[in-house]
Amino acid sequence: MAARKTTAKTAAKPNVSAEELLEYYREMLLIRRFEEKAGQLYGMGLIGGFCHLYIGQEAVVVGLEAAAEEGDKRVTSYRDHGHMLACGMDPKGVMAELTGREGGYSKGKGGSMHMFSKEKHFYGGHGIVGAQVPIGAGLAFADKYLGNDRVTFTYFGDGAANQGQVYEAYNMAELWDLPVVFVIENNQYAMGTSTKRSTKSPSYWERGAAYGIPGEEVDGMDVLAVKAAGEKAVAHCRAGKGPYILEIKTYRYRGHSMSDPAKYRTREEVQKMREERDAIEHVRELLLQGKHATEDDLKAIDKDIKAIVNEAAEFAKESPEPALDELWTDIYADEVPQEASA
Amino acid sequence: MATEILMPALSPTMEEGTLAKWLVKEGDTVSSGDILAEIETDKATMEFEAVDEGVMGKILVEEGTEGVKVNSPIAVLLDEGEDADSATVESSQPQQPAPAEKARSSEDEPAAGMDHPAPATPAQARKLEPDWPEGTEVKQTTVREALRDAMAEEMRRDDTVFLMGEEVAEYQGAYKISQGLLDEFGAKRVIDTPITEHGFAGIGVGAAFGGLRPIVEFMTFNFAMQAMDQIINSAAKTLYMSGGQMGAPMVFRGPNGAAARVGAQHSQDYAAWYSSVPGLKVAMPYSASDAKGLLKTAIRDPNPVIFLENEILYGRSFDVPVMDDFTVPFGKARIWREGGDVTIVSFGIGMTYALEAAEKLAEDGIEAEVVDLRTLRPLDYDTVIASVQKTNRCVTVEEGFPVGAIGNHLSAYIMENAFDYLDAPVINCTGKDVPMPYAANLEKHALVTTDEVIAAVKQVTYR
Repeated sequence: MAARKTTAKTAAKPNVSAEELLEYYREMLLIRRFEEKAGQLYGMGLIGGFCHLYIGQEAVVVGLEAAAEEGDKRVTSYRDHGHMLACGMDPKGVMAELTGREGGYSKGKGGSMHMFSKEKHFYGGHGIVGAQVPIGAGLAFADKYLGNDRVTFTYFGDGAANQGQVYEAYNMAELWDLPVVFVIENNQYAMGTSTKRSTKSPSYWERGAAYGIPGEEVDGMDVLAVKAAGEKAVAHCRAGKGPYILEIKTYRYRGHSMSDPAKYRTREEVQKMREERDAIEHVRELLLQGKHATEDDLKAIDKDIKAIVNEAAEFAKESPEPALDELWTDIYADEVPQEASA
Repeated sequence: MATEILMPALSPTMEEGTLAKWLVKEGDTVSSGDILAEIETDKATMEFEAVDEGVMGKILVEEGTEGVKVNSPIAVLLDEGEDADSATVESSQPQQPAPAEKARSSEDEPAAGMDHPAPATPAQARKLEPDWPEGTEVKQTTVREALRDAMAEEMRRDDTVFLMGEEVAEYQGAYKISQGLLDEFGAKRVIDTPITEHGFAGIGVGAAFGGLRPIVEFMTFNFAMQAMDQIINSAAKTLYMSGGQMGAPMVFRGPNGAAARVGAQHSQDYAAWYSSVPGLKVAMPYSASDAKGLLKTAIRDPNPVIFLENEILYGRSFDVPVMDDFTVPFGKARIWREGGDVTIVSFGIGMTYALEAAEKLAEDGIEAEVVDLRTLRPLDYDTVIASVQKTNRCVTVEEGFPVGAIGNHLSAYIMENAFDYLDAPVINCTGKDVPMPYAANLEKHALVTTDEVIAAVKQVTYR
């Protein structure tokens, strides 16, 4: 077993039951297998356009969802498949959206970057880097205004962390004590630009201090550390103390999108992370060493997940393309026609 | 030599004000920087300082006088030892240049003997006051008050409606549109933001996703360019991108277009920009009743609405019906004046030129039908086409830039849908294709003028 490190801040592991640990394993594995399948379907031409895979970062969303309660909200960027699966959205609907079919969450009109679920309190799926950050603060504003005791998880990457609107949102979130957890998924590369090449203040969570927002750095390859940090952040928000920042150090194994030249980092670097720090392997070892599960149990889970993913892929292939009439629906909530010419 | 003290303009758009109080009396010696009087405008009460030194000779306008025109003499300042009655007065009254006579052309006679097809649905003459029942009491109300009343009424009606923006609460609105709202609704619902348009527009969008009905005030729409991504990509497109699951029921409002002498960065009309975006609705009222009725409709609308006001119109008064709940539907133009010779289509402050031109044209025997679109998305194509089928000629009027203007779009639509009815090409009267200059004469020239509208009408009517 490779040596694992957790940062001092998150060293204290939360109590977690074997069932919970197994559940995290399942959820992380679902995301990974789902994304691998999406990559395959992309290669087959069934998925088009931009497709940003979450492989490597699974512990972030699974750990934070473990800290969330029913009714809490989440909003993220375009690398959103993992967030949707982790909050309980149907893999079939997500995959069918990737293939642009009627059965997709947005009836095929959103695509990889734009999916939503009112039922699961998932507010997108936003394609413009950083735009989801004020939106997340706004969702929290609504909860506070309405007296709901809910928290909004607002995810963004190290790339977005250099956008001005992030700091505009920080300022107002703290000013108005909004219950929002700002989650910086620091996977170390903004597309192909490493954090070292984009800022001289690479400790993103510390920037919150300028606005009075507390925060911390978290080991994002350790789902239990993420969960513990998430619980702390949520408690802060629910106590009415305003926003909290989690900078979660993670790593993306795949390219930024499907067309990534992979020139900005070495194969060795990626390989090393996969071998030494993989979040799923970590939980697998915890399960086996703690005798919470046998190899056979885990194999059975693998098989289940494979079946779910295959079913999603089949659904996504077989679901029909949206009817042409769909072009003209959902432009206005009251469907006022706006035809430019007769 | 005595100097006249003139009524000062205390804001770019001030035309008149109230001389609230004199702080000096006749015979007092004043030096530059002394406060002479308090002047009240519709926006604020401001102190007025002396520029020159001397002795207050005669006070020409009593305190408490309302409607004192900017640049009219309010007092006479004497040199030391000079007598008030015998002093020769140096007037600094600016000379108003006389409008240049427009050259008339009798070229381009219409082709004789052209027949027009009969309209499939005969052009219906609309009632001139279609918005409230006959006999309803009306009250003269400024556009400013009408907008405030609309917000207050909707905030009373729906607890999820709130107003956010720069200076909307304690300052009472940079243009006093939100006057009194903080007192009535409290700081929870009338929220001062930092100067951070992109951020608070995004927070507004998120709040709308989360079940509220935000009214986001931009101090002017020039500043909304900082927030453009949130308005277009987040507010306008989410309903579509989510397959109808969620959208942004909210209003972005504020003054749009040129005010007066505020230069290129503060003087742009964004009507055509926003109107090009599916998912947005766009309202641009001219009158106070439309400002009120359309804003109430906008706040209730389940979509993002861009509500384009105009600083110069804020202080203008119009009849507003005294009704419990007066609303104006979107997508329904108003015909302000009926006529059979030409259709003039406009909206917002463009209506000022359209109506003025129509008055003057009537003196020459040309009867213009003046159509106020009121909303640009949805746009009342039917009323425009019906009117063009009746008059066979059309001139559009707007203050925005000429390339990609609303008038361009209307011209294309009329050409596609009423080509056989046209007796002349449609002419678009627009602002000029230049950034807004500061100099008074250049600014006036950069905007569309009544004379240009008159000339365009004469051209399409071959007079």
